[in-house]
Amino acid sequence: MKHLLRQTFRSGKFLVGFVIFMTILLTVLIYPLFVKDPPLGIISRGTFLAPGIYVNVYDSMNSSPRYTLILEGAASRRVAGKLGDDDRQAMQEWLVAKGVPEDSIDIADTAGLIALWESNFDPSLRLPGMTNADRNYYIRLTASLEGLLATEDAVVAAANPETGALEEIGVITQTDYVNVGEVPNSRLFVLGTDNFGRDVLTELVSATGVSLIIGFVAGIVATTIGLILGLVSGYIGGLVDDIIVFITNLFTVIPTFVLLILISFSIGQEQRGAFTIAVVIGVTSWVWTTRAVRAQVVSLRNRDHVNLSKLSGHSVAYILAMDILPYIASYVVMALILQISSAILAEAGLSILGLGPRTTEVPTLGLMMRWGLIYQAHVLNYWWAIFPVILVIALITFSLNLMNTGLDQVFNPALRE
Amino acid sequence: MKDNTVILSGRGVTKVFGFGANKTVAVDHVDFTFRKGEIISIVGESGSGKTTLAKMLLGLVSPTEGEIYFDGELRDIRTHKKKREYWKNIQAIFQDPFSSYNIFRKVDAVLLDCIRMRGGGNLPYDEKLEMMKRACSFVNLKFEELTNKYPFELSGGQQQRLMIARIFLLSPKILLADEPTSMIDACSRATILDMLMGLRNDIGMTPIFITHDIGLAYYVSDTVYIMEHGRFVESGTADQVILNPKEAYTRRLLSDVPKLHEEWDLSTV
Repeated sequence: MKHLLRQTFRSGKFLVGFVIFMTILLTVLIYPLFVKDPPLGIISRGTFLAPGIYVNVYDSMNSSPRYTLILEGAASRRVAGKLGDDDRQAMQEWLVAKGVPEDSIDIADTAGLIALWESNFDPSLRLPGMTNADRNYYIRLTASLEGLLATEDAVVAAANPETGALEEIGVITQTDYVNVGEVPNSRLFVLGTDNFGRDVLTELVSATGVSLIIGFVAGIVATTIGLILGLVSGYIGGLVDDIIVFITNLFTVIPTFVLLILISFSIGQEQRGAFTIAVVIGVTSWVWTTRAVRAQVVSLRNRDHVNLSKLSGHSVAYILAMDILPYIASYVVMALILQISSAILAEAGLSILGLGPRTTEVPTLGLMMRWGLIYQAHVLNYWWAIFPVILVIALITFSLNLMNTGLDQVFNPALRE
Repeated sequence: MKDNTVILSGRGVTKVFGFGANKTVAVDHVDFTFRKGEIISIVGESGSGKTTLAKMLLGLVSPTEGEIYFDGELRDIRTHKKKREYWKNIQAIFQDPFSSYNIFRKVDAVLLDCIRMRGGGNLPYDEKLEMMKRACSFVNLKFEELTNKYPFELSGGQQQRLMIARIFLLSPKILLADEPTSMIDACSRATILDMLMGLRNDIGMTPIFITHDIGLAYYVSDTVYIMEHGRFVESGTADQVILNPKEAYTRRLLSDVPKLHEEWDLSTV
């Protein structure tokens, strides 16, 4: 046993797979100890906030003490941040299309450009070749230009509770800065937020956990069914074998995924919890385990040690458990690993089709991909809402398959390098 | 040792594997009568059906046709309980000691199984230990060195001796030895055969040797059956069959035995 463990960890492939898998697993286990937010809690009103540190605007205004810093080039950086080169190009294009002579436009001259823009831009005008999206873009751009070149301070006013009239309560000068650490409400969204304004990282960790559980449950279910049928069919033989092989062949020719879709659909949205989906995946994917286990058992059942066990008066159950199972255990473990990885993929596939677990309780990797797809994260370039999910799925299946081939090398000396 | 009680006999015992075009007749209507105390050898080449016959005698494979009588009665092993009873009377030693043991079970587990089989499952452990020690010393093994060892950690000869220790504990009426010495070296071979003979005299069992080695058959047995293509072509006392072979097949088997003092004639092989 000790020897086998040492052999296992000497296999490079297994080690790499193991490290990746354990990293994912430990993250899933440890992360919730530090971040106690509910994974499906909606944090921001806006959708798809990009990754970064977010500061509550209200609380940052009221932070004290205020510091007066005169940062060099602060104004030009603000202008550059809101009016980039692409925006300037777009403005020039619009103006040229409207009929403004091209040489009168100098896109490097911010003040001149904005003046020209404000005198010419008409949001209701449809220029030839301009799409709706383009028009919305120009409207957004115009709004962001407001107050861009202002040099005066911003006045913060609040309604007087008695009279209802606005009263000045403070002035924010352009040299006011606030330390992010002193703002009581600031948050780091390492992976931004998704379409519902939920923290993608927290959601992703929770989804990975749920998907691993789904994979594990489905893997156990499939392996148990496959193992029992394979053992019985291979060892007992005869009519029982014929019947089981017939059923197995029947299931082999029906595409599993179609079966999975039909079963999921007929269960109905309300009844589909993560656990139900896991069991359904398990129940539809035992076929290959059965075939493989049966083949192994058939080759084992006439071995001398099985005969000796029979002659020692052991029962069929005892022989299956003690004389057959240990000999195929390594194979079964490998089949289990493959079943887990394919169950995680199957869940993702089902969820993308909208036939996965119902959406209100737990996130799964498949559901996160579905949300990302429905809200067009992939089209609109909100990579943080969909790419990390794909990466995690790929890493999980990659690590499991690596461990599988690594184990193959350990158990089958002929494959060792 | 010998008396004339028939312990095991068969009428028209046949085993057919597969059906249709793939049909193979492994054992073809053989009749035999094994008497108590007699040492029997069944000799034949590989593929002559002798191992299949042995498995049918053991009840591991059921015959396609024919009846096997044990102790004068038609053998009935249809339920697990009846099989267990039958196996208290008939045991086996297999050809390859290395594949005969479950590699996940230790030596004591193998021997304890035998004690349990003989109904000693509820004995105090000291008594079981004593029985195991006695069995091991019978086959010149030291039990103290074997506990906590796995059978595959022993040498081939030691493993086959452990197998005999099993038989010692079980003391069956019939022992089927399927090529018990073909996988071990010549020195251990004589020891093993002597031990089997000693055991036979001690517990009065009937050994049946299944072998391709006609020399071995002559050395140990009273009665020899020659098997070819699933049939017994010749049978009789060892002297009759081997010194005055009537069948061509028997003569061929005899001529294949390598002799030290003359050149081996490969043309007959």
